[in-house]
Amino acid sequence: MADEPLILGIETSCDETGVGIVRGHTLLADALASSVEEHARFGGVVPEVASRAHLEAIVPTMDRALREAGVTIADIDAIAVTSGPGLAGALLVGVAAAKGYAVAAEKPVYGVNHLAAHVAVDTLEHGPLPEPAIALLVSGGHSSLLRVDDLARGVVPLGATIDDAAGEAFDKVARLLGLPFPGGPYIDREARAGDPASIAFPRGLTAAKDLVGHRFDFSFSGLKTAVARWVEARQRAGEPVPVADVAASFQEAVCDVLVGKALDACRSSGIDTLVIGGGVAANSRLRAMAEQRAAKHGVRVRTPRPKLCTDNGAMVAALGSHLVAAGVAPSRLDLPADSAMPLTVVSV
Amino acid sequence: MLVLVVDSSTPAVTAALADVSADGVVLRASRCTVDARAHGELLAPQVDAALADVGARPADLGAIVAGLGPGPFTGLRVGLVTAATMGQVLGVPTYGVCSLDGLGQPAAASHPAAAGHSAAAGELVLAASDARRREVYWAVYDGAGQRVAGPDVAAPAVVAERARDLAVTVAVGDGAQRYADVLGLPLRAEPRYPDPLALARLAAERIRAGAPGEALTPLYLRRPDAVAATGHKPVLR
Ligand SMILES: [Zn+2]
Repeated sequence: MADEPLILGIETSCDETGVGIVRGHTLLADALASSVEEHARFGGVVPEVASRAHLEAIVPTMDRALREAGVTIADIDAIAVTSGPGLAGALLVGVAAAKGYAVAAEKPVYGVNHLAAHVAVDTLEHGPLPEPAIALLVSGGHSSLLRVDDLARGVVPLGATIDDAAGEAFDKVARLLGLPFPGGPYIDREARAGDPASIAFPRGLTAAKDLVGHRFDFSFSGLKTAVARWVEARQRAGEPVPVADVAASFQEAVCDVLVGKALDACRSSGIDTLVIGGGVAANSRLRAMAEQRAAKHGVRVRTPRPKLCTDNGAMVAALGSHLVAAGVAPSRLDLPADSAMPLTVVSV
Repeated sequence: MLVLVVDSSTPAVTAALADVSADGVVLRASRCTVDARAHGELLAPQVDAALADVGARPADLGAIVAGLGPGPFTGLRVGLVTAATMGQVLGVPTYGVCSLDGLGQPAAASHPAAAGHSAAAGELVLAASDARRREVYWAVYDGAGQRVAGPDVAAPAVVAERARDLAVTVAVGDGAQRYADVLGLPLRAEPRYPDPLALARLAAERIRAGAPGEALTPLYLRRPDAVAATGHKPVLR
């Protein structure tokens, strides 16, 4: 094991400053600093606030990761960094940091795709990924369904949200219900006491006519509006809002669509592995529903533990490790941060 | 001692190497590219190139000096995070210098290259860089190169008024050039962007003394644009 490459990963695409260290598929350190509390009063991530926080956090987070792994930067074989997609200013701090480390320590650097890293992180939990696989990536910034034929060379986008990201819908509905930001964990908690079948909220892009052009795409803005209308109607009638029931029914609608389309992608391509990643993959109902329904279709679900689902440095290190093992060449030192990095590009 | 100097507070992305000794400060290599939108791409290769220029390795560096701005945030952070991360790996101190000092100090101080133009004793120099949004980052320096006002950020017309009040007689920097008509001051052509030799000199005393390094905190001067999320808008009519 000791001869497997030691890879450092840096993640700064949104509001988490992450530094992870892996050896092969073994996680050695996963240090994280979050600016989430600074964004809470704005009800969403403020890009400049996130960028400032990354600059302050990167050096101490790196120190923590190295200590946790018991290695020095001289021991590292390669540095991987999220070069996109994400918030431009936030990405740039991580990319510049990775280059600073790479230049000073004379190490190769890999600029990698954040979404591919969400897939790769599962290898730290469940070992090498069977290819091809279907991946469902859901967070506050992205909602994508993709086919992974070769994680080192590129993934094939099957569909994505046409409006809000799934996590965004959680945030907006949480605000509607008077729950704090980020909404995901609070909705999840409230929903446990609620009846998921009490309110029939719409399932976006699941009607026969929508399946023609948007079979694997998602839409959550209609659902969000439906929840808002329902809650307002209650309030206008002077009736109390059953928060737990609304949360449970909303969550059920989101998970139903996500799992339904992910399994449809597996079925239509004859692929029996489904990887679920991203912050929304930490949702307990999504995990349970995916397990349950996938079993019926003979599909194996791989979902990393919640801490690895949200943004972190370990996922970037995991992808870097995969790229090094596959013999992919490092990036050039002038690699850019690309806020709109396409899914088809795994490393630059 | 070989010292790395970086500044990314203006459209000029600069990486330079200076030798700081008891006798003085000498510039050994300097790589500078003017491109307001490629700081992240340009800086690290330029650091690499500057090291190659003098046949040095990163481990030969004894200290790092970084321009703290003020400057447009995104580009500014590239220089500071580069300096901070390199300092961390190499275990060498990092020193911050106000980037405007890298304009005002050399423009004000007697300088052979500026013979005939150097500020006479008591003459005040306005250093201004482009802050975008029709504003400039600015500071004022006396004939000895000491900052006597600023750094601050303001509209050129406001800066012109301050400069008049202070009896400033000459201006320097890309911001001063861009808004020359509003400022109404004679211009000094050089330095247009923070001068790496000046930045190294400004930190030389601390370097020679082996002073403890400092966390590199940007001179933002502006609060982040953060629009608080508005309350829920009714969807029913
Ligand atoms: Zn993510």
